[in-house]
Amino acid sequence: MSITEIARPVGGTLVEQFELGLDAPICLTWELTYACNLACAHCLSSSGRRDPRELTTEQCEAVIDELQRMQVFYVNIGGGEPTIRPDFWHLLEYAVDHQVGVKFSTNGVRIAPERARFLASTDYVDVQVSLDGATAEVNDHVRGPGSYDTAIQALANLREAGFKDAKISVVCTRQNIGQLDEFKAIADEYGATLRLTRLRPSGRGADVWDELHPLPEQQRELYDWLMAHGEGVLTGDSFFHLAAFGEALPGLNLCGAGRVVCLIDPVGDVYACPFAIHDTFLAGNLLTDGGFQRVWQDSELFRELRSPQTSGACTSCQFFDKCRGGCMAAKFFTGLPMDGPDPECVQGYGESALAADRTVPSPSQDHSRRTATRNQPVMLQLSRREDLPVSPAAPPVSACAENPLAGYTP
Amino acid sequence: MTQTIQRAVALDEAWGLSPSVALRPEPFGALAYHFGNRKLTFLKRPELVDLVRGLGTARDVRAALLGAGIPEVRWPAYLGALQGLAAADMIRPTTTVREGVA
Repeated sequence: MSITEIARPVGGTLVEQFELGLDAPICLTWELTYACNLACAHCLSSSGRRDPRELTTEQCEAVIDELQRMQVFYVNIGGGEPTIRPDFWHLLEYAVDHQVGVKFSTNGVRIAPERARFLASTDYVDVQVSLDGATAEVNDHVRGPGSYDTAIQALANLREAGFKDAKISVVCTRQNIGQLDEFKAIADEYGATLRLTRLRPSGRGADVWDELHPLPEQQRELYDWLMAHGEGVLTGDSFFHLAAFGEALPGLNLCGAGRVVCLIDPVGDVYACPFAIHDTFLAGNLLTDGGFQRVWQDSELFRELRSPQTSGACTSCQFFDKCRGGCMAAKFFTGLPMDGPDPECVQGYGESALAADRTVPSPSQDHSRRTATRNQPVMLQLSRREDLPVSPAAPPVSACAENPLAGYTP
Repeated sequence: MTQTIQRAVALDEAWGLSPSVALRPEPFGALAYHFGNRKLTFLKRPELVDLVRGLGTARDVRAALLGAGIPEVRWPAYLGALQGLAAADMIRPTTTVREGVA
C-alpha cells in the first residue's frame, strides 16, 4: 500500500489535526502482564497466564526512559492484573521519577491498607478500580465470585488512607446500564470519580458480546444519563458512536487509534489501540523494531491510519460528522467491514449490517488459563424452558428425550 | 476543585510558564501538560508556542509579543489565548502582584 504524505494544514480543528497523528501518543496504554488472578468473561486482552516473553524489569525501565524522552506525560497501566508483577511498585516509582505520570487499572487484589497509604503519599499516581456491577450479583456474574468484595475493599482502603479521587471504572453492559445511579452513589461514597467505558467485542469479549452489549433502548438511556451528568463522569471518550443521537458528548469524538492512542502489550508488541489486540492492528515490536518511537512514528500501519480514511456508506449519513463511523475495533471483531457502520450504530445501520453475511475473525493470541479456576465466572443460570407447559415438579424435556410421550400433557 | 483567582493578562506584566508545566512540540504547535492538575492544553499555532516560550525571558508580555513577531492588530487574540492559559495555571505572573491576592 502506498502512503501519500499529506501536507498538514495550519490551524484547523483539533480533530483534524489529531486525525493526521501526533509525534507521540497522548493516551498510551501499557499492559504490563497478561497474568491475572481473575478471569473476567469479557476481558479484552484474553488475560490469565503470564507470557514467558514478558518484558523484564530492565526492559520496562528502558521503555520508561524512552517515554520520558518522547515527553509522553502519562501512561495508563493495565494488564492482566499489573499489581501482581513483583516489580510493579518499583516500575511505578521509576516512571514517576522520570516525569511519566501513571494511572493504573486494578481489580483491587493488592490494594492492601499499607499499599493504599503509599499510593496516597505519591503525586502523579492515579488508581482505577474495575467494577462492572453496582451489586455483587451483577459484578460477579462477569468478573467472578468475590471480585465485587475485592474491589470495594480496595476502594475502602484507599479512602481510609486519604487517597483522593480514585477512579471507579465500569464497562457498560446490558446488566448494569440500569445501575448508573447506584454506581454514582458508590463513587460518591468512596470519594471517587466514576468512569464509564464501552464494552468492546475484543479478546474474550467477542464470546460474550452478543449477550452483554447494551440493547438499543439502553444506548439511549446511557446517552441521556451521560448528557445529564456531563463533565462529572469520565468516559475515556469511548462513547463517540452515541454522538449520532444528536449532541456530541464531552471529550474527543473520534477514533484515536494509531493517531493519538496506542497500546504496548506485555511482550513489547505495539497495537493501534487497547481494544485491538490482533495481528491486523500490530504496528511492530519495540524490542525488535528499534524502540517505541520508531514504531510510533514510522510503522506502515500507523501511517496508514493517519492518512485519510474512506468511510463508505457512512459518509452519506447526516450524523457522520458526529460519530465518524464509530469504533474500528468494534467493527473488526464483529466481522463488519471497516468502511461501514459501527455494530452499535444508534441510527440502526449496525443491526442490518450484523444481520448480513459476516465472518468473525479468529483471535490471534489468547492468554486465558487453560483450566478453570475456582473464581472463574460461569455465565450460566439454571432455569426451565418457558416454551413448554411442564409441571413445576417435572424436569425440562430436551430434544434427546426418548420416551414417545415426553413433553405430553393430557 | 480549587478556587483560582482570575486576573487579566496585561501587556506590561511579566509572565512565564508554570514550573510544573512541560511543552511538547507537535506538527501543529505544541501540547502543554500540567503535572500538578493533569490538564492537557493544545497550543494550536506555532506563533503561540513561540510567544509562550518567549514569555519567560521577555521583560513583559509586550516584549514577548514583539519577539514572536506577532503583528499588533492580532495582539488582542493572543492576549485572549494567554488568558485561557492563565486560567488553567499553564502560565503564571512572574512579577509580584499585590492586588487581587486573597
